[in-house]
Amino acid sequence: MSRRRNVQQEGLEGPPPEERKRPIGRRNSQGIRIDPEVEAEPEPRRTTISAYVENEPGVLARVSGLFHRRQFNIESLTVGPTQNEGYSRITLVVEEPDPGIDQIQKQLEKLIPVIHVRELDRNPVARELIILKVDGEEPDKVQAITDMYDGEALDAGPETVTVQITGSEEKIDDAIDAFKQFNIREIARTGQAALARGAEETARVEERHT
Amino acid sequence: MSGERTRKVQNAETASDATGIENGADAVVRALENAGVKHLFGIQGGAIMPVYDAIYDSEMNHITMAHEQGAVHAADAYGIVTGEPGVCMATSGPGATNLVTGIADANMDSDPLVALTGQVPTDVVGNDAFQETDAVGITSPVTKANTFADDPDSVGTDVGTAFALAKHGRQGPTLVDLPKDVTKGETETDPGGPTLPETYDSPEAADPDAVSGAAATIRKAERPVILAGGGVIKAEASDELRAFAMEHEIPVVTTMPGTGSFPEDHELSMEIVGMHGTGYANMAITVTDCLLAVGTRFDDRLTGGVETFAPDAEVIHIDIDPAEVSKNIEADHPLIGDAKAVLDQLADAMTGSPSTGAWLEQCETWKEEYSMEYAAPEDEPVKPQYVVERFDEATPEDTIVTAGVGQHQMWAWQYWTWTQPRTWVTSHGLGAMGYGLPGAIGAKLAAPDREVVCFDGDGSFLMTCQELSVAVREDLDITVVVLNNEAIGMVRQWQDVFFGQRHMASDYPWIPEFDTLAEAFGARGFRIDTDEEVEGVIEEALAYDGPSVVDVHIDPGEKVYPMVPGGGDNGLFALTEEQL
Ligand SMILES: Cc1ncc(C[n+]2csc(CCOP(=O)(O)OP(=O)(O)O)c2C)c(N)n1
Repeated sequence: MSRRRNVQQEGLEGPPPEERKRPIGRRNSQGIRIDPEVEAEPEPRRTTISAYVENEPGVLARVSGLFHRRQFNIESLTVGPTQNEGYSRITLVVEEPDPGIDQIQKQLEKLIPVIHVRELDRNPVARELIILKVDGEEPDKVQAITDMYDGEALDAGPETVTVQITGSEEKIDDAIDAFKQFNIREIARTGQAALARGAEETARVEERHT
Repeated sequence: MSGERTRKVQNAETASDATGIENGADAVVRALENAGVKHLFGIQGGAIMPVYDAIYDSEMNHITMAHEQGAVHAADAYGIVTGEPGVCMATSGPGATNLVTGIADANMDSDPLVALTGQVPTDVVGNDAFQETDAVGITSPVTKANTFADDPDSVGTDVGTAFALAKHGRQGPTLVDLPKDVTKGETETDPGGPTLPETYDSPEAADPDAVSGAAATIRKAERPVILAGGGVIKAEASDELRAFAMEHEIPVVTTMPGTGSFPEDHELSMEIVGMHGTGYANMAITVTDCLLAVGTRFDDRLTGGVETFAPDAEVIHIDIDPAEVSKNIEADHPLIGDAKAVLDQLADAMTGSPSTGAWLEQCETWKEEYSMEYAAPEDEPVKPQYVVERFDEATPEDTIVTAGVGQHQMWAWQYWTWTQPRTWVTSHGLGAMGYGLPGAIGAKLAAPDREVVCFDGDGSFLMTCQELSVAVREDLDITVVVLNNEAIGMVRQWQDVFFGQRHMASDYPWIPEFDTLAEAFGARGFRIDTDEEVEGVIEEALAYDGPSVVDVHIDPGEKVYPMVPGGGDNGLFALTEEQL
């Protein structure tokens, strides 16, 4: 059906924007309906996500590529094999508002080699390891601080002492502060590895994926 | 060409008796045959030659395209029209990289597509060998799945899996990278039919409780709207959608990929929505109190700014991909599953219909107030809207329309009356200029008995017009209509509106005469300047049994309206430049 009309009109016609029926509500930048009077944007929070994956070449590139291209804010990522040959566990610490945390899990689930993804509850069993190299001028004091954090000296020489500390993220942060007095020369920090607490499973894995 | 196929007999003697497969390349070809593939689109080169050699003995029809971008768009369009993955192939390096645009397009639009790329032999992979590129790495962000085949015994199943993944669940493009030593390597293994990886599952039916909740919401709605996305077409759910809308008298708007899922000649149709959607569709979606969204990813060209998108609506979102639900617009009722199955569930769960009488009246009023009527020119050049309408009237209902990207694409979308799914074939999400002609070639091979019309822009056509050589060689009866404004018009329109009419690099006064260009390729060329020429040329071009190009010279100042500026409020769509 032709909408051509033999009348002269300047472009399309109809009531202009200011005369139109308008909605009353509003959404926030995440597309969530909100009270238009209070501009509520969801606050980011920090959480741990665990992914059980097939250990195929490129799986880590796929995961990190996903985080990059979807602009998810990632704090740390660790990966290592599990007791099941051919499968690895990736532990991610992320900081995002709730919708972002939801998206991260759903997008990870879509990657073919990813078998199961879940957010661990607020109190998982989580540890990270740090190796610190500091000046060796005061070895006794370095040892004392290392002991305070239940750490271990791994290497000591005339110029440097290298120690390891294991623990929660906060403990590691504290330890770094404490070692600053010895002039930290280098740090290698693993990022968090985590499992769900108690008998709860970290990943729901079927028999065939073990 | 039958004389050249003597090798077939020789091969039958040397091939393994049990399977007829000698090497990885044979297994690749067998996997494609087992998947029911009929057409392949590609260009060969060193690394993929073993596969081409194996195709020599196959019944499958290989269409040599002029450029790999042509191959991938043709395969994509083939996939859109048939619902079965289209298959394209290219050699390593530049062949593979030339496919990337089309793969990204298929990924955006969830089109079923399988790309096969040759790769340098595994012993030199990583050494920057001649024509080596990391095809898997490059295409990871734009494929549903991709894989590097590393074993002749499993290369056939790799291809079968790629085919199954492209087709099932949320459709999308997959790629298999085929190193030359793997395709040349010995194997006798028949890969069997396409099989999904065992880790893959895709939801069928939605949670019944969520369905009841959604049904109750629809039942009590005062201003419900159905938003039909491309997923409706992908799930073959157009009939279910139509039945639901009619049963409960709910108006329907369609996204660009969802166009055709609901007939626009039906009174419940509010037609198309979003940036260049109709005023009435954008009114309806802005003030609705209940939005039933089916198979859509709430792209920003649909929503405008999310803050003002359907802000009074409880949203029911049916989608096969959980990641699309509440990604851009929060779903109050997430219904994760196949659109066809879930629409059935929802229909069963409805205990009555909403009372939409007053709402439908309001919608009718908007249709009149914001009608898409345009004025006939007095002495101006011919109107593109008119050309689209006349082609629509001159062709059958099931005509397939392809398009490039720009104003011409929007006029085609707005002024064609869409009544059937799988008839609107273009680059929606990626917006890749150059899609139109190769898309028409793929569509014609997918539906040889149907009319195929491509609306192109002069800029878009110039990107892939070399594919005319293919249309001529394959004797494809397609009609390319270049809505020629001697400009990359959509960009020019934005410059007029947002950049103070500074036409930087958007005028194309040096473009060739497309009718003459068509003739140089061996196609028929036509030209239209005035209103009076339209009827006659359309008749002649459609009657011509082969590819034809109609060069329609339109006013470069012609604009696309309505328009919602990027990130804007759909309800405040502009009807004229002054309203922007
Ligand atoms: C490959 C590609 N490059 C650039 C663009 C940006 N772009 C969008 S529309 C447009 C103009 C298209 O011109 P034409 O094909 O002549 O169509 P018209 O708008 O004039 O109808 C351009 C350059 C694009 N969409 N795709």
